[in-house]
Amino acid sequence: MRHVIALLIENESGALSRVSGLFSARGYNIESLTVAPTEDPSLSRMTIVTTGSDDIIEQITKQLNKLVDVVKVVDLSEAAHIERELMLIKVRATGKDREEMKRMADIFRGRIIDATESSYVIELTGNQTKLDSFIGAIDGSLILETVRSGITGIGRSDRILKL
Amino acid sequence: MVLTGAEIVIRCLQEEKVEYVFGYPGGAVLFIYDALFQQEQVRHVLVRHEQAAVHAADGFARSTDKVGVALVTSGPGATNAVTGIATAFCDSIPMVIISGQVPTAAIGQDAFQEVDTVGITRPCVKHNFLVKDVADIAPTIKKAFYLAKTGRPGPVLVDIPKDVTAQKTEFSYPEAVEMRSYSPVVKGHQGQIKKAIRLLKEAKRPMIYTGGGVVLSDAADALTRLVRKLGMPVTNTLMGLGGYPATDPQYLGMPGMHGTYEANMSMHFSDVLLAIGARFDDRVIGDPNHFAQEPRKIIHIDIDPASISKRVKVDVPIVGDVKDVLEEMIRQLDSTEEKGDDEALATWWKQIDEWRRRDCMKFKNSDEIIKPQFVIQKLCEVTGGDAFITSDVGQHQMWAAQYYKFDKPRRWLNSGGLGTMGVGLPYAMGAQLAHPGSPVACVTGEASIQMNIQELSTCKQFRLPIKICNLNNRYLGMVRQWQELFHGGRYSESYMDSLPDFAKLAESYGHVGIQVKNPSDVEGALREAFSRKNDLVFLDFLVDQTENVYPMVQGGKGLTEMILSAEDL
Repeated sequence: MRHVIALLIENESGALSRVSGLFSARGYNIESLTVAPTEDPSLSRMTIVTTGSDDIIEQITKQLNKLVDVVKVVDLSEAAHIERELMLIKVRATGKDREEMKRMADIFRGRIIDATESSYVIELTGNQTKLDSFIGAIDGSLILETVRSGITGIGRSDRILKL
Repeated sequence: MVLTGAEIVIRCLQEEKVEYVFGYPGGAVLFIYDALFQQEQVRHVLVRHEQAAVHAADGFARSTDKVGVALVTSGPGATNAVTGIATAFCDSIPMVIISGQVPTAAIGQDAFQEVDTVGITRPCVKHNFLVKDVADIAPTIKKAFYLAKTGRPGPVLVDIPKDVTAQKTEFSYPEAVEMRSYSPVVKGHQGQIKKAIRLLKEAKRPMIYTGGGVVLSDAADALTRLVRKLGMPVTNTLMGLGGYPATDPQYLGMPGMHGTYEANMSMHFSDVLLAIGARFDDRVIGDPNHFAQEPRKIIHIDIDPASISKRVKVDVPIVGDVKDVLEEMIRQLDSTEEKGDDEALATWWKQIDEWRRRDCMKFKNSDEIIKPQFVIQKLCEVTGGDAFITSDVGQHQMWAAQYYKFDKPRRWLNSGGLGTMGVGLPYAMGAQLAHPGSPVACVTGEASIQMNIQELSTCKQFRLPIKICNLNNRYLGMVRQWQELFHGGRYSESYMDSLPDFAKLAESYGHVGIQVKNPSDVEGALREAFSRKNDLVFLDFLVDQTENVYPMVQGGKGLTEMILSAEDL
């Protein structure tokens, strides 16, 4: 099962490697990991996407909680939550492809944030499936470069991960 | 008061009432050594290798309820310490390791004797710190001691760059530690404890399985009261030996790979298993799938939630300090009206006694050649079962665990989790310094002792009257045993050629060396050694080279699939 685990961690050097080291040392899978400071500069928030059986996910959350720098851990996928990923995709945009690419970006509610005579950079946000669908929907041979941020997530309504 | 960083380090150790620091000087810690020189409260023990410094601090901690402290320099000093740190980590031993680091400006420049100590040690410490500001030294050391001894104990490393130890700042030692991200649960959940008691009362075939957590939380007394109150059988793991008196009739011996037949059968066929400060290690339960075949309810008490339901599914988890939880259990037992099933318990004991009659620990003694088991039996007799026994890793370790009867906790010091050869002598140094008047013996083998034999020199300098019992079979015995049983007798590199004359070697360091060849001389040699109160005596027992450790559960097999003796093969 795929799980989205969010955690608050002391914003200190080495904190990230404690988390990533825990996953590699214990043989857990990391699908994606995003991290940035929060409104409280002493805290960073991480979103980890991982897969595993219930037993493995239980161990992952317990082991994360054991890290001295880790302040709080929640498994967002246990309840309603929102996931977002950012993609910047540079595509060839010449001739008839140029108009087509603009249309596709509109359909997916993407924005063209850079344009040259021959290319566009399109910014897209959404969940993983939406971004995958966009890649599937356009002509693959036109893709020049793809950058994806990894997933961040937040609980819906009054599920709040805060100190 | 304005002090240098180095002086602050020492003042912090004084505040923590540290008696001994085990260490080795070097460039990056010279200011700290200078500060150490100018005071008398904290005594420094100069070892001959940093690995031994950490092991000795570890041995000191294991034999007391205090935090062990080691001090090493940067680069090679720190890397030499890693084996010791990992050893303490695996067995949850409270320790603080202070390592020097190259000056702040040189960090990341591949400087002389620079290594990323925090990076290297990260997977094998409870926590670690790099202190970049002199003002952070005192709060960091305060945190280090707090982390080391609270919750599930463990080693904590503090890495301090050389220039930081030279800078000055106002010194004040914090009174309390505030860490919003760290708050171990101590008190067990009342409701869960109640549930556990109900399960135990309903049990027809109960079994109590205890580990190192009992020793670490100083809960041996509470455990003994609880077990006697319940009238149920109990076993101590390798790490838990002494947690319950080995000479008590309710004690079934050690479980696991080299555990007793009765302990393993009772573990396997119990209907309620109470696990206390033990973590279902593969060396204890063997194959977890085989173990899970027999349905049983499991109650698990542990300070570390991550140890619960890690290897086996647990029905009643109780997170908390073992001592605290056991005391609460006793309180609830005293006030409950619920009766246990005495009849079922009597039948269960009958079954256990039947298993006991297999007498799985018997061995064929000899008049001609020294049997290693016999040496340990005599060692137990001569010391009255009350010595501090350290061991290295291998066959001798298992024989010591099997044949020495530990009635008290903290008397048995060995590397259970990591299985580190070379710990025996440094552990004995730590234990002897902690208990100057008490007999301390290191049970070792000719291979293990050579991994830190240079410490004979430290023992000389600090006049440590340790008794070394070398069970010398001229083989890496446990490796040879496995090769004999599972690799067609191909003794690949398990033979020790070119051994020194250990007695003479010990003499060359200024100690007493005795070589023992005949079974009839074993007891006399031991008595002679322990009567020499001021001398280190190195007893080199030339033992039967072919002797193996039984009973045995082969790796990956189930607890009931035991080889009881060589005849079983």
